[in-house]
Amino acid sequence: MKALVSVKRVIDYNVRIQVKPDGSGVVVDGVKHSVNPFDEIAMEEAVRLKEKGKLTEIIAVTVGGAKCEETLRTALAFGADRAVHVKVDEEIQPLTAAQALAAVFKKEGAELFFLGKQAIDDDAAQTGQMVAALLDLPQATFASKVEIDGGKATVTREVDAGLETLEFDLPGIITTDLRLNEPRYLKLPDIMKAKKKPIEVVGLGDLGVTAAAGLKSVKTANPPKRSKGVMVKTVDELVTALKAKGLI
Amino acid sequence: MSKILVIGQHADGKLNSGIAKVVNAAKAIGGDIHVAVFANDGSTVAAQAAALDGVAKVLVVDRAGNDDYVASAIAPQIVALTQSGGYSHVLAAGTTSGKDFLPRVAAKLGVQQVSDIMAVHSATSFDRPIYAGNAILTVEAPASPCIVATIRLASFQATGAAAAAAPIEKISVDAVIPSHTRFVKLEAQKSERPELQSANRVVSGGRALGSSENFNIIYSLADKLKAGVGASRAAVDSGYVPNDMQVGQTGKIIAPELYFAIGISGAIQHLAGIKDARTIVAINKDPEAPIFEVADYGLVGDLFALVPELEAKA
Repeated sequence: MKALVSVKRVIDYNVRIQVKPDGSGVVVDGVKHSVNPFDEIAMEEAVRLKEKGKLTEIIAVTVGGAKCEETLRTALAFGADRAVHVKVDEEIQPLTAAQALAAVFKKEGAELFFLGKQAIDDDAAQTGQMVAALLDLPQATFASKVEIDGGKATVTREVDAGLETLEFDLPGIITTDLRLNEPRYLKLPDIMKAKKKPIEVVGLGDLGVTAAAGLKSVKTANPPKRSKGVMVKTVDELVTALKAKGLI
Repeated sequence: MSKILVIGQHADGKLNSGIAKVVNAAKAIGGDIHVAVFANDGSTVAAQAAALDGVAKVLVVDRAGNDDYVASAIAPQIVALTQSGGYSHVLAAGTTSGKDFLPRVAAKLGVQQVSDIMAVHSATSFDRPIYAGNAILTVEAPASPCIVATIRLASFQATGAAAAAAPIEKISVDAVIPSHTRFVKLEAQKSERPELQSANRVVSGGRALGSSENFNIIYSLADKLKAGVGASRAAVDSGYVPNDMQVGQTGKIIAPELYFAIGISGAIQHLAGIKDARTIVAINKDPEAPIFEVADYGLVGDLFALVPELEAKA
């Protein structure tokens, strides 16, 4: 059984992002980028399933510009066998990405598709669900536990009320949450080996996808700043201040 | 004029408390507001939706299995209703359930979804947070064929009670429901405390609590203040508390009147969840903790001494 794992190149989660003064976006040039953390969890889960003998092949896929090759190399170092780079130069939105990913999934004849539950740049949290919709396949989002057995997936999901369990018939789409696993540290030999693994480059046109009409970005702004408050020295001082404001 | 479909998410016979906020967002868009209730038997929930100010009509789609809210089953019904009703907007609460089924609806309708609307400028222009709320993006969405969006609940007040209840109509939709996905179970945390996302006061604990036993001082303070209880990701990852208590970028986004961050350093991912809190109180032993940059009141010291004292004096 083949699995597809999508990985997105995003600004590293430790970077304090800066909004451009002209409101045209955030500063990306010269800023450290890495694999979207939720996608690393997706990658790790696929590798663990392959180690357990549940998968025969893992294919990493990304949709993005030339620099996304390094993102795919990271996925290959994790343990993907090969990669597909859907190369686009312009910025694309979740529905277009989903159309491309759905086309790759179909073309590869994969049975499982792992994606991060959201990318930490646009925080849209849509792509996995859209892939599932386009392919009319099952979805289990926000997964914190995955079991694959007998042509079925049993997935525990982190939902507002607690933990929900869903079962679906393969093939299907799973989006991964924080507590599904802890991604491994990559070792140098794996990073070296990844350099030799094949990456196939395709365009949206090769997949029969035309970019869907998107949302127009009007402007990007800084959020309203919270002003720094006061430091109190004792609990008494705190209680007095909160009572004076009618908060307790 | 816009014709707006609000998805009336519910559980255990209760309309989700966020729907009153979604209706308020719909009022800001302006137009005819219909709430759709998908349930096994939606009559109780429909009555609650009909009592919300601004709702013109409540549509009930009864079907065995709808109570489970499995995305692949709910989405085709919403798609069918959107198309047959000619709606210009489809809105859902940005809960884990709304985030699960709505992108499926958007993809089927061939539109990009607007996630987490935090402000409405017009029927087609909205603000939404990106980069964990560290930037605000204003987007213009194409009006045709329709706009599909989730509402960031912390950004909107709840609509009030209607003077007269809106009419309720039972309808059926023409949708093919796949059988490939089955709901197995929900392990819900039963709690007598106020629900985290609608509580006026919230007390959250972090990694510094050190154990689940030690977390009892947080519960105890919360009970004294009639507050909900939250936690940082570090506290959840360490196993002190269950996942549904996590506040932050990937957990719950909350907007209480009063928020206590206790033993929480204040990573940007946590701050993303509490930006809309009216007043933030931070207690931490590290005077350099970033939480103090956003706190209205900061108190440096040993939480194991300060929290019981606060409970006694509050």
